[in-house]
Amino acid sequence: MTKPRYVMDFERPLVELESKVTELRRLAVAGQPDLAAEIEGLAAEIEALRIETYQRLAPWDRVQIARHPERPKTQHYLEAIFTDVVELHGDRLYGDDEAMFAGLATLRGRRVAVLGHRKGTTTKENVRRHFGSPHPEGFRKAMRVMRLAEKFGLPLVTFLDTAGAYPGMEAEERGQGWAIAESLSLLSGLRVPVVAVGIGEGGSGGALAIGFGDKLIMLENAYYSVISPEACASILYRDSAQAESASSCLKMTAADLVGLGIVDEVLPEPLGGAHRAPAEVFESVGTAVSRALDSLSGTLTDELVQRRYERLRVIGEFCTLD
Amino acid sequence: MSTIADWFSARETKRYTRLNEQQMAQPIDVDVPDGVWMKCDGCKRTIYEGELVESQRVCKSCGHHFDLTAPQRIELLVDEGSFAETDANVGPCDPLGFVAAKSYETQLLAAADRSDLPEAIVTGQARIEGRRVVLGAMDFRFIGASMGSVVGEKVTRAFELATAQGMPIVLVVASGGARMQEGMLSLMQMAKTSAAARRHLDAGLPYVSVLTNPTYGGVTASFPVLADVILAEPGARVGFTGPRIIEQTIHQKLPKGFQTSEFLLEHGMVDEVVSRGDLKARIALVLDYLTAASALDSTPAAATRHERAEGGEAL
Repeated sequence: MTKPRYVMDFERPLVELESKVTELRRLAVAGQPDLAAEIEGLAAEIEALRIETYQRLAPWDRVQIARHPERPKTQHYLEAIFTDVVELHGDRLYGDDEAMFAGLATLRGRRVAVLGHRKGTTTKENVRRHFGSPHPEGFRKAMRVMRLAEKFGLPLVTFLDTAGAYPGMEAEERGQGWAIAESLSLLSGLRVPVVAVGIGEGGSGGALAIGFGDKLIMLENAYYSVISPEACASILYRDSAQAESASSCLKMTAADLVGLGIVDEVLPEPLGGAHRAPAEVFESVGTAVSRALDSLSGTLTDELVQRRYERLRVIGEFCTLD
Repeated sequence: MSTIADWFSARETKRYTRLNEQQMAQPIDVDVPDGVWMKCDGCKRTIYEGELVESQRVCKSCGHHFDLTAPQRIELLVDEGSFAETDANVGPCDPLGFVAAKSYETQLLAAADRSDLPEAIVTGQARIEGRRVVLGAMDFRFIGASMGSVVGEKVTRAFELATAQGMPIVLVVASGGARMQEGMLSLMQMAKTSAAARRHLDAGLPYVSVLTNPTYGGVTASFPVLADVILAEPGARVGFTGPRIIEQTIHQKLPKGFQTSEFLLEHGMVDEVVSRGDLKARIALVLDYLTAASALDSTPAAATRHERAEGGEAL
């Protein structure tokens, strides 16, 4: 397991205990063999605590994991599970939004088009990528590549990892709402198979713009929500510190969304989150996406589009009044 | 009239005020039905409720458009007696058991009580200057006209009805955004309504939307902005992200007029800003253009065909 540099609040007791044992081990090696018994005792304690910490994660804990700075991002999936990647830049209207990846790639021998929100790994990169929050040109680039995929019969794979569409003045001037709506419309009727994968944050309309299709797969600790728990708390409780309660109310975890009939498949993560053992996660995502594309290939296009409409059509709960 | 002057100074902080019994006993104006006064948000002038009813709730001094309820909007747009409501029996439930400071259930009951409506949209079939349409109007009094399962379902059904009947659809929009109390079920209504809009448009049928004050968030980013022709009422505030959040992000004040209908027109996002008094006639005219091809194909060959048909020749 990789030792994370960034420690989340809920795992702090565990990480402190772990570093204590590491320190004791170092001393033991340095010639204090009488520590062996203590180390053994602590190791057992760590195992128990590790399971207690990670096996019953609260929604708020999962939000922390989904936002973990070392969590694998779209570009890591591209490197790990795709080959021969050709990135396609620009929306042909305004610019190239680095918060959105768009391109062509090969997944285990199958040629596909890929879209994905793209957070940075360093602060400098994040500033350039607006922390993975696209402007309208990002969504318009995505749409350009959707049309390209449709024209050439390439299935579409999308990776969701954004806090939301960029909330800025220029984004509004260039029609943020318009760009997202057009993307929803285009995606809803796209005449190729679409598989969406929630790998981290699924923030509102900015995620949804590339975030539904014929299959929706989510990593165990990814979230997908109508609003960030902080914003929800500040509106409904008038206190953003209530984000933890809001994250439970919103039913935004992968497991909750299977229950609501929105998510098809949840992929388990290594104990502690995807960043603890990224290779395992890449393998499982690669396999799940391939399997989803296998299951969709051979479906007649009209039927594919009709079924996608019906998947959306049944979402929602209401009652019949007298 | 000294009583009026006294009353003015007494009502400083209130937007709505009822006259006291003594004042009620001496009618100020026989045309004011129940003595309700309002302050104009635009010019701060005090206006009689009765004057607003006459002017379709537009301030006669500054042209400020007051918000309309869904029933008021429908009355404004349709030919008298032509509106037949559809899906009136689709009502909300609380799918997530959502409880924050207040429970969602309590909010739903309060909203129904306040608006006398079961949800935030009214849909139906109607005639607009004789033209048959499917019409929907949203009502901001109902939890900020946010879109949850019911609004999403009724909008989708309205599109499906219009598509099936080969009719134009007109949707008058106002909304605070997605209804967060229904979580992802409400976010997915954005995709569902956009998909239904696309099917209607793909069928070659007209769709006109009217953006009114205010339209924000997930609703802006879905069906309203996919219309063939997008109209907006003057001064309506329309955007994706709310101004307060943007100011927090960019750490500066937003310019005056940001996210108004006029701002959207300037940035190429809406087709026309239309005053409330002209709205009905404008929608009717636009619909005439959008339905021209089906009634009378505008290509020369079709025109010839049409003339022959008119002349009784066999096609």
